[in-house]
Amino acid sequence: MSFDLNFIGILIGAIMASSVPLILAASGELITERSGVLNLGVEGMMIIGAISGFALMVVTDNLFFAVVGSMLSGLIISLIFGLLTQSLLTNHVATGLALTIFGIGMSAMIGKNFVGIPGKEFPLLFVNLKESIPFLGPVFFGHSIILYFAFGLPFLTNYFLKKTKTGLIIRAVGDSPTSASNQGINVTLVRYSCILYGGAMCGLAGAYLSLIYTPQWIENMTGGRGWIALALVVFATWSPIKVLIGALIFGGITILQLHMQAVGLRIPVQLLSALPYIMTIIVLVVISRDSRKIKLNTPTSLGQIFYKEK
Amino acid sequence: MIKVEKRNDISRSIYFLTPVLAIFLTLFGGGIIFFILGFNPIEALKFFFITPISDLYGLSELLVKATPLCLIAIGLSFCFKSNNWNIGAEGQLIFGGIVGGGVALLFYNHDGFYVLPIIILSGAFGGMLFAMIPAILKTYFNTNEILVSLMLVYVAKLLLDYLVVGPWSNPEGFNFPETRQFSESARMPILFDGLRIHAGIFITLITVFLSWLILYKTYLGFQIKVSGLSLKTAKYAGFKGKTMIIIVFMISGACAGLAGVGEITGPIGQLHRNISPDYGFTAIIVAFLGRLNPIGIIFASLIVALTYLGAETAQIFLQVPKYTGQVFQGMILFFLLGSDYLLFFKIKFLGLKKNEL
Repeated sequence: MSFDLNFIGILIGAIMASSVPLILAASGELITERSGVLNLGVEGMMIIGAISGFALMVVTDNLFFAVVGSMLSGLIISLIFGLLTQSLLTNHVATGLALTIFGIGMSAMIGKNFVGIPGKEFPLLFVNLKESIPFLGPVFFGHSIILYFAFGLPFLTNYFLKKTKTGLIIRAVGDSPTSASNQGINVTLVRYSCILYGGAMCGLAGAYLSLIYTPQWIENMTGGRGWIALALVVFATWSPIKVLIGALIFGGITILQLHMQAVGLRIPVQLLSALPYIMTIIVLVVISRDSRKIKLNTPTSLGQIFYKEK
Repeated sequence: MIKVEKRNDISRSIYFLTPVLAIFLTLFGGGIIFFILGFNPIEALKFFFITPISDLYGLSELLVKATPLCLIAIGLSFCFKSNNWNIGAEGQLIFGGIVGGGVALLFYNHDGFYVLPIIILSGAFGGMLFAMIPAILKTYFNTNEILVSLMLVYVAKLLLDYLVVGPWSNPEGFNFPETRQFSESARMPILFDGLRIHAGIFITLITVFLSWLILYKTYLGFQIKVSGLSLKTAKYAGFKGKTMIIIVFMISGACAGLAGVGEITGPIGQLHRNISPDYGFTAIIVAFLGRLNPIGIIFASLIVALTYLGAETAQIFLQVPKYTGQVFQGMILFFLLGSDYLLFFKIKFLGLKKNEL
């Protein structure tokens, strides 16, 4: 195995690709959580996005419809969560769990007729540049448009939350729904919008898996990525840029683990596969140890039910 | 005109009636889904909920599935009542199964009445240990227990996979990913010839009774309930929060471990990759559907067990994937949580009065 620069470039490109679903889902969930809503249904929304994207691709033979459709279906399924938690004031944790269980079941039900169908080739951009420039080529070029979008998203999210009025409103609603409401902000409406946005991003994350990353439909194909995305939001202490860094670290572990298996190290495959999960726990411990630091960044009303007496 | 009013106090009858309402709504929703899929909804629901339990074998299977569900849910009720979100019962079940299974393999070809009790206790112990990881990390490192307990599910699954493929695989097993069949002395006694229902059901019933005793008749139970209602009050009353968190996780881990060991010494009889069809996750629904109440959980476990059987029957007769059961389970929880709205709010249907027109 050669350790030339180009190989390292390809490796970095692979790490970037494997971090895309995490960035998308975690960035979406971050906005939801910033508004004070804890949606544990990320895994369920992702898998629904994955199957609807793939199914639409097969049925319409159009990748644009597939991608947009996956976002729409993520949005629709997150609407269930919104209706329950915002209008019927249900517990966020339990509702999110129900959403995940429901989503996994539903996706398998829809996906029954799509098992074993080969995926379609997704157009990659700047392929000629990828091949002509050593090292930097495979890092920066030859990716899908969704990857470029994903890598821009944390910066956009950061700008949105910090510099725009809407971002400020979302943060106000998350930190103090009562005072936001007294200022005339419609808390429920803001939270609904954030939930739907999170759902759409999770749907897109799922579609990236089933259309680009491993272009086919496999039952349960998200394989816990939704939960890792949730952990990433805590890891990032609700800061979008740190979501990007965290996702790259996790993507790195995933790719490293695959390569270690391929090289044939005398480490059990299962231990390597468990690495991302064990790492998540270790990272959570390190991050959460300082309770003041966590409290400083956590949206104050996260997971709490807001009810306005009429 | 519809008017919504906040209730001043929670009605007990509505508290236990809303789960029934949720079940009916789920049947209705399921009928709609079957209709969309192109089935006759009444027929499909019959295959799902009536055919599976229309004979003695089916009823026994219902109890076989309800046994672990009820046991895990009882354990979870301790956590949920005190606002501790242990959602990794599946991992605790698997780890309990691993420890219990390891002991069973240790006693391979060993006779004696003491073998099974030792296996069962070690399984409970294994589950308990595994549940203590999120508990200790939560209490001493302030770590989110939801994420940690969930990540550990994947770790437990991979550990089980490693053991049954590698060191513990059956030496005469042609490299199948499974251990030896446990000896007769390591198996749960079967209650009736020809049926799979086993003595594990007694463990479940005893646990239900004990947990009722703990929850309603002891100081610990009182502490758990108060902490669940208001953390501030609990602190003010001087309860040792950390110890309580660890204890409720230990109880719930032990129950999940017992469920795991019950499965491997009961219907399965060995260790392999899939010792649990996500009982640990489904039990979360059972716990809520049963209102975190021991008696309620017994009924809820029977109903949710039926979704497992129904999914199997529907898979055979309607060719729908077995995951359909999860759709129903998710719907039950959605409807249950949603109908809780009726607990806190009165909905009044008012006719327009004449003077308003």
